[in-house]
Amino acid sequence: MSPTTTPRSTTPRTPGADLPEHPDSLWRNPEPKKAYDVVIVGGGGHGLATAHYLVKNHGITNVAVLEKGWLAGGNMARNTTLIRSNYLWDASAAIYEHSLKLWEGLEEDLGYPILFSQRGVLNLAHTLQDVRDSVRRVEANKLNGIDAEWVDAEEVAKICPIVNTSSDIRYPVMGATYQPRAGIAKHDYVGWGFARRISDAGVDIIQGCEVTGFVRDGDRVTGVRTTRGDIACGTVALAAAGSTSVLTDMLDVRVPIQSHPLQALVSELLEPVHPTIVMSNQVHVYVSQAHKGELVMGAGVDSYNGYGQRGAFHVIERQMAAAVELFPVFARAHLLRTWAGVVDTTPDASPIISRTPYENVYLNCGWGTGGFKATPGLGWVFADTIANGEPHPYAAPFSLDRFTTGALVDEHGAAAVAH
Amino acid sequence: MQLIECPWCGPREEVEFSYGGQAHVPYPESPAELDDEQWAHYVFFRDNTRGTLAERWNHGAGCRRWFNAMRDTVSYRFSAVYRTAEPMPASVPLTGAGSSSASATTSTTTSTTTTGR
Repeated sequence: MSPTTTPRSTTPRTPGADLPEHPDSLWRNPEPKKAYDVVIVGGGGHGLATAHYLVKNHGITNVAVLEKGWLAGGNMARNTTLIRSNYLWDASAAIYEHSLKLWEGLEEDLGYPILFSQRGVLNLAHTLQDVRDSVRRVEANKLNGIDAEWVDAEEVAKICPIVNTSSDIRYPVMGATYQPRAGIAKHDYVGWGFARRISDAGVDIIQGCEVTGFVRDGDRVTGVRTTRGDIACGTVALAAAGSTSVLTDMLDVRVPIQSHPLQALVSELLEPVHPTIVMSNQVHVYVSQAHKGELVMGAGVDSYNGYGQRGAFHVIERQMAAAVELFPVFARAHLLRTWAGVVDTTPDASPIISRTPYENVYLNCGWGTGGFKATPGLGWVFADTIANGEPHPYAAPFSLDRFTTGALVDEHGAAAVAH
Repeated sequence: MQLIECPWCGPREEVEFSYGGQAHVPYPESPAELDDEQWAHYVFFRDNTRGTLAERWNHGAGCRRWFNAMRDTVSYRFSAVYRTAEPMPASVPLTGAGSSSASATTSTTTSTTTTGR
């Protein structure tokens, strides 16, 4: 824990009073240089983490992170911060568990408080099929060395007393999977922590710098055209989430992603009422309580393609109805704020971490609705892939050619994911 | 709640509609001759345009018929709706964000299939 952390305040508890102060300096805002060894497009969590591990694991520091808006201001600023690794398939379990292990040491690694709080996640089962799928997933998780257990409704009530475990509701809780090591982190601090670290190491973070084209030479990209001038590059790494297709269209590379608005919302600040994370596929809820006290909830994606960073209100309305069904105490809370990010969904609900038809262009996208939890894990394997010119073993199953070979990593119904 | 103009029923609330993705993606003429990559592109790959996109929509809670629409994926504004037998309107300017040329209808949509996690 960083020395900047202040002690917990005494009663009455002021929301936010126990949050740490920021250091005097965070990152530099340099002018772009003429050339870099590696240009990362996208200054969100994934881009910043990739730069961090390029520095830390591979000694590559002549790196620029280009961000069209402001640092960590896209999905990094808009997600619901859930971190877990209880995915069904081996390929997913490997990369998400790698990421979770890195989260467990990230505060020390970055020398910056990120308020990583391992409060556990309950994934509720409401039908017999839910129960069968959940138990199967628990067993698969155990075989992959991931902490997971099946708990019955009484246990659910002990872990999270505000869940309505009455049998007299539309979708009674029949039990849940439980991953105690799951948690939340303060997403902005994560972005800022990475940014501060890489900036100190010499990486240039260039905000307000939108990529408008690529300079191509055969099967290589030799430069990036931006709103702040042309930048020559040895290697290009794309980490642009919902805007990926805009970039790949410029490269004439076709990528099977569809960008959708994904909305989330918070309540006003409340005293601590919710000790863990609860997710339910059936009732369409995932909710936790942030350090400051807001209840944080995510909705489903809006059905249409959209780049507008906003969605339709009826989606929020349905989300609230589901939340109140499962947490009757929430009926007395007020909605404070809703917003949306643009998420890049794939046909099999798994990411794409891949080489491309260009020798020196690497692609990271397709994390859809769940990329935040992968931030350090992805950064690690993407940096390794870039540095070595071939996929890290954890990245290999997520290559672009799986859509041709048919080796999909289908986490649609299989993971603990709400759809 | 925004309104979507159904070509048969007229303007209706967006929750009556469901989204069908990119329009004008024909079934392969000679399916037996396609290789794996061509099949992959037919099955999995669709345009993900930032700007005006031709899309399929279904008026599920009304006439239950499919139709096509031109919609801006940034402003979410519809610039045209047309029946499936009709060609894509050529007169619609293919503009990007903040297009002021959109006419006809306003809108957005419906149902959820995927959620965050």
